[in-house]
Amino acid sequence: MSALPAVQPSRPLLSVVDLHVYLGQSHVLQGVSFDVADGGVTALLGRNGVGKTTTIRAILGLVGRQGRIVYGGDEIQSLATHKIARREIGYVPEDRDVFAGLTVDENLKLAERDAEPRYDLVYELFPELRERGKQRTGTLSGGQQQMLAIARALLNDNRLLLVDEPTKGLAPRLVTEVARVLERVAELATILLVEQNLGVVRKLARDAVVLDQGRVVHAGSAPAFLGQPELVRRLLSVSVA
Amino acid sequence: MIRRFWNVALPVALVVALAFVPQISVDIPKLFNGPIDSPGTLQLLATCLVFAGLALTYDLLFGYTGLLSFGHALYFAVGVYLPAIAMTKWGWGFWESLAITAAFGLALPFVLGAVSLRVTGIAFAMVTLAFAQVGAVLAIKNPHGWTGGEEGFGTDFEKLPAALVGVFNTKHLYWLALGYAAAVFLIVRWAVESSPGRVWQAIRENELRVEVLGLRPHSFKLMAFVLSSFLATAGGAVYLLTSLTGPSPSVTSPNITLTLLIMVVLGGAGTRWGAVIGGVLYKYFENRLGAIGDSPTVHDLPGILRTPLSEPLFLLGTLFILLVFFLPGGVARLSLRGRRAGLRRFEQALASQTTPVGGGIEKAT
Amino acid sequence: MSTFVLLTITGFGLAAMYFLIASGLSLIYGLMGVLNFAHGLFLTVGAYSTWWFGTHLTGLGNVTVRYLVSALIGLCVGALFATLVELLLIRPLYRRHIEQVLVTVGLGLAGTALVQAIWGQDSRPFVTPKWMNETTTVLGAHVPNDRWVEIGAAAAVLVGLETFLRRTRYGLIVRAGVENRAMVTALGIDVRRAFTLVFAIGGVAAALAGALSNVYFGSVTPERGTSLLIFAFIVVVIGGLGSITGSALAALLVGVTQQYANYYGATSLHLGSSIGDITVILLLGLILLVRPQGLSGRLA
Repeated sequence: MSALPAVQPSRPLLSVVDLHVYLGQSHVLQGVSFDVADGGVTALLGRNGVGKTTTIRAILGLVGRQGRIVYGGDEIQSLATHKIARREIGYVPEDRDVFAGLTVDENLKLAERDAEPRYDLVYELFPELRERGKQRTGTLSGGQQQMLAIARALLNDNRLLLVDEPTKGLAPRLVTEVARVLERVAELATILLVEQNLGVVRKLARDAVVLDQGRVVHAGSAPAFLGQPELVRRLLSVSVA
Repeated sequence: MIRRFWNVALPVALVVALAFVPQISVDIPKLFNGPIDSPGTLQLLATCLVFAGLALTYDLLFGYTGLLSFGHALYFAVGVYLPAIAMTKWGWGFWESLAITAAFGLALPFVLGAVSLRVTGIAFAMVTLAFAQVGAVLAIKNPHGWTGGEEGFGTDFEKLPAALVGVFNTKHLYWLALGYAAAVFLIVRWAVESSPGRVWQAIRENELRVEVLGLRPHSFKLMAFVLSSFLATAGGAVYLLTSLTGPSPSVTSPNITLTLLIMVVLGGAGTRWGAVIGGVLYKYFENRLGAIGDSPTVHDLPGILRTPLSEPLFLLGTLFILLVFFLPGGVARLSLRGRRAGLRRFEQALASQTTPVGGGIEKAT
Repeated sequence: MSTFVLLTITGFGLAAMYFLIASGLSLIYGLMGVLNFAHGLFLTVGAYSTWWFGTHLTGLGNVTVRYLVSALIGLCVGALFATLVELLLIRPLYRRHIEQVLVTVGLGLAGTALVQAIWGQDSRPFVTPKWMNETTTVLGAHVPNDRWVEIGAAAAVLVGLETFLRRTRYGLIVRAGVENRAMVTALGIDVRRAFTLVFAIGGVAAALAGALSNVYFGSVTPERGTSLLIFAFIVVVIGGLGSITGSALAALLVGVTQQYANYYGATSLHLGSSIGDITVILLLGLILLVRPQGLSGRLA
């Protein structure tokens, strides 16, 4: 995609410093540190079960964690989740977590935070959501729920979007659509993207951070990383097409 | 090695020391009303010991296996009522009555447990509560005049062995209670450290993983349920003998189960000594706090302070709330790390299928 | 025929009280994950406040007016009490569900003991407006008038709660929070305010049940909160945790079944009048074995 160098001279939007997370007995994150540059898409990669979702949830404070999280120059690790989210951070969870018992309209309404939520943008990207406004979200298809989950995060003028595996379980046509939407969104906000689909990563990501065994084992330019099939295979156990 | 020695030596020494209590005529003024070998004090100590044992049976179920039951009182009540009914209403002899109680004490939890354990979490708690309520209602309804209704009835003392009757034999009752508590302690210790016991603790941590390993959690849970309930029934029988009065519906109340829960949490769920400490402390304070209300210092207080302070349950409830805020792991877990660990038992017991999606459940990756 | 009508309507009356208690319990557990063992105390607070103000407001001559005013005060006391409980005891233990439940256990114990200490263990008679003790004839059945009041109150609360849930922002937050509390916070919403609100609502509904139970039973006693709480728990579990309509349906099922079983148990089957209680309990067991999440609950 872009030929910008991986390291930006300006201050990173988000810095995670020495993050530790324990889930039950297991030490899932063992000192994770990385930066997310302001603007563009940073991909968070790694094998299954390595702690990518945990990292995202740790940033938001949805799991107990130790370490420092610096966002926009401020330390946010001791803030409650809702306060963190109010600092213009949007979240698209791995399982979408849309509210099945609420209608599409209600799901969007709940997410409203700014004085002027961007419904035009949302309906422009996802016209179906306007049509299905009164439909119970539980009756939507997986793809439609994914669109709603993304729309919800776009409603407010967020600076940072935490997007966790948005193409998981979607048919190829929908994967392309989601990628197209995210490309558009990347013009408006910084995205930290967890994604297993390397095609999507190649299309969108400028930087890549790779996790393994609870630590960051590689950080740098995404195209550069994907251009080394051996490295990719070793760290992700996946062959690059 | 040293640890193993103390693990065995300490309980043994304790039991031996306690066994000598009825032979010592010593006054401990603030703690007890009379010398510790007086019938009144021995009675109180016996009650503390019986409930220490009962608390242990509840800890086996809840603290070790993670099964939150709200109906444990039912099995205790069976142990209190059935021997009395057999002796007094059916005219059976002492040993036959105990025998039928033992048999029923095994069969009833087996049947009810098999049914209740088909569900987990809150549903399980509610089903156990429901069965216990049936028992409570039956006790009051007085079918065939057996249970004596709201007042209960007095046991036929003629049927009891002479050694257990009469004020002078209170020390025998005390030893009986001590024997019960010691036996329960030993049995629970042995059971928890055996292979089924390890499976129980594994079930408490993560039932799914146990299934994945090819074991059937249901049979193990049933095992724990039957053992725990049977020991509670035994406790009921001991209580009947040591309490001097006959059975009454108060032993079927859900308050009894809640009291056991409080004892276990107070002492520390799933620890070696926690339940024992909790049981003894609770029963002791419940008895002695009434005395605080009669003491001269409280008597002189204005009514608004005197009334609550004279009510033991109020003091206990308040103490419990303070405990939860400042000492959540229980007395047995005064170390900082142990504190949070203790309460995970309850969390695991509650957090099963009926928990709302996503709320508070951590996902890996 | 008139027997059926009487049993059904009085069953509805009982169901009304169960619903009032169960609705609050259901919301509190559904949204906060807290099994509120002090809920019976909320009822007791409402019942005793109503009774106390009723005996002290002798200035108001008309018994009905006195009852209404003292009941209203009882509701306010209940709301205030529940709010304080949430703010002082529950909120500080945010996200520590176990401790929250244990605190309610201790509170229920201490609170009921305090009430007993102050006003005694025995039940006190409650002065009911005369017209509530009279009956209205419906299809040949003589229905005590207080049942209409209970049914009316419960219906009003049901409508009020549904309106709150479907048409207000906090109602939206509560509905979403019952499904997925964590996600609601991730949207930047402070759920703790919704928690306090839900506790207050539960307090008001329980206090109302308390005020009504004084009339239903004709007396005020410290034990009633606890004994009704057990049935309320059964209703909540049958109905599905977190669902208001579920609680309503379950309350009807339990209340009517209990009435019918008690009546036929006492008269035709000679099983005694508490067979109703046993039947309801067995009903719970049956439903749970077939459908562990209750009538309208959701499994995780």
